[in-house]
Amino acid sequence: MTAARLLVRALRDPASIGSCDWAGLVSAARAEQLLASLAFRMEGMAVPPRIAALFEDARRDAAQVRTQALWEAEMARRALAPLGVPMILMKGTAFHAAGLDAAIGRSVGDLDIMVPRASLPAVEQALLEAGWEHVKDSEGYDDSYYRRWMHELPPLIHRTRDRMIDVHHTILPLTARPRPDAEALIADSMTLDNGLSILSPADMIVHAAAHLFADGDLAGGLRNLWDIDRLLREFASDAFWPLLAERARLHQLHGPVSRALRLANRLYFTPVDRAVAGRARLADRLFEARLLARNGWGQERRKALRFTFYVRSHWLRMPPLMLARHLWVKATR
Amino acid sequence: MRHRLALQIGPVAFRIGSAWRAPLDALAKLYAGYPAPADGLCDFTVRLEPERPWRLFLRPSVAIRGDYVLPDAAPLALAHGLLAAEMGMNLQMALGQKRHLLLHAATVEKDGRALIMTGESGAGKSTLAALLGERGWRLMGDEFALLDMASGDLLPFPRAISLKNGAIGVMEAEVGGDRFGPRLDGTPKGAIRHMRPNQEALARMSEAAKPALILFPRFGAAAAVRGVGQAEVFIRLTQASTNYVALGRRGFDALTGLVRGTPALAIDYPDAETAIGLVEDFRRELAA
Repeated sequence: MTAARLLVRALRDPASIGSCDWAGLVSAARAEQLLASLAFRMEGMAVPPRIAALFEDARRDAAQVRTQALWEAEMARRALAPLGVPMILMKGTAFHAAGLDAAIGRSVGDLDIMVPRASLPAVEQALLEAGWEHVKDSEGYDDSYYRRWMHELPPLIHRTRDRMIDVHHTILPLTARPRPDAEALIADSMTLDNGLSILSPADMIVHAAAHLFADGDLAGGLRNLWDIDRLLREFASDAFWPLLAERARLHQLHGPVSRALRLANRLYFTPVDRAVAGRARLADRLFEARLLARNGWGQERRKALRFTFYVRSHWLRMPPLMLARHLWVKATR
Repeated sequence: MRHRLALQIGPVAFRIGSAWRAPLDALAKLYAGYPAPADGLCDFTVRLEPERPWRLFLRPSVAIRGDYVLPDAAPLALAHGLLAAEMGMNLQMALGQKRHLLLHAATVEKDGRALIMTGESGAGKSTLAALLGERGWRLMGDEFALLDMASGDLLPFPRAISLKNGAIGVMEAEVGGDRFGPRLDGTPKGAIRHMRPNQEALARMSEAAKPALILFPRFGAAAAVRGVGQAEVFIRLTQASTNYVALGRRGFDALTGLVRGTPALAIDYPDAETAIGLVEDFRRELAA
């Protein structure tokens, strides 16, 4: 069994792991940012002492990850509060803020937030005044590309805390073919008791599916798919599945959402509604192989397959002529 | 990976994989006498691999990778593969170690009392630790001091000592040739030669010690000693720590515990013998 497949099995069914390639499991889990998630899943199980100690470290570290993520969210909330615009937490920070199962062991790097597109200039100004700075040259091609075509501002980093913030105004680049309904994402967001806001449950899954299957090359995708598994298991109910299908259609992302359900079911045995997941497609196997392209040394494998998905990510992201121009600028500067 | 080596160093086990044989041969020779991990497992994985596939053969360059990576780390020439392995182990500790508070410092111990020496690159802590390690002290480590956050003890991490430039000759005059790695010229830090700690340091690599003195040495000026206030010690040690921020409250408690319980001095010294004389004076005062 490859290390990535072992990792998936350990997450799905930790009790089934007896003696195994522990070093490979740990390296694959670290490479996929899933070590702490695995450590919580395997808590209390019989594992070799050295691995038990590593898991203990990871669980303790997770508490600090959570504290830092929520502190960063609070810093952004304070910076933007005077503007009176909605600020919606996304991805890992949202899971932690809401105390979802998906937050257990979830690593958080950048802070991801969403604001109305019309508020972007004011939000950016407020963040700059509160100590965030541009990461990239704010004159160059990358900057203008971000502002014109991306679903987020060029990344900002905080001067003293050294943490990045991604300010989104929708969930896919403007160059992608699907056009999610950003106003609906904001209108149906939920305010938590602690004053922070998150997307509605169905939109959270639509966003996770869009991020994994409609944008990007699936690198590190096992973690994103694990998010989807945890969210689906927590939200699933008879009333939820039709709602999810409706939101997926509204955001023009029914295909990626269906694929997310099928892949979560294939890898993590997530219970899914067959009507929303749709019938298995041949390409699902390619997605599975791409997600599992990691060996026991933490290296990425299957170069040709990864390259194919890399090309696909650009294809999804922009029309051919624009892609040609983009690659030309990148190659010649 | 094609070539592999496992090393237990103090409380930490490493697994090092390499696309080339030479770096691991050099590493195995340098680390002769170190135990393999008793359980066959590891805490961290280091990978030495070509930066791009064709760089395996063509102008080979070694990318330093592993469980934890720095995205923009520059690769090294294959001739410096041993240094790449050493840097790979340092990187795993600096980015991945969350069990102990890590200080960028050298530590030596005598009579159960540990001396922590920290300072900027070039302050001479590696050289002083290496010399003291040959003159009746036990070398615990020249790169990282590991502070156990529960007990406040220092744990040994006696990696090979990284001697740079002028320090190489100083130690070659002190120690037999079989404990040295190859001399590496033209590295990003100038000339480097690694030296294996002596048999006592290896035999006692699982024996902790109580911190007794924190020293901030500075090479190049006339001999001088001054006390350092706790606030300054605390700030300097937060800067010397690679994981203080990531440890949160536990790191703060451990570091304040260390600073409150341990006297600290800054010394200037014109040459190593003067520094060693000062250290011996301090040791006698602490014992009295």
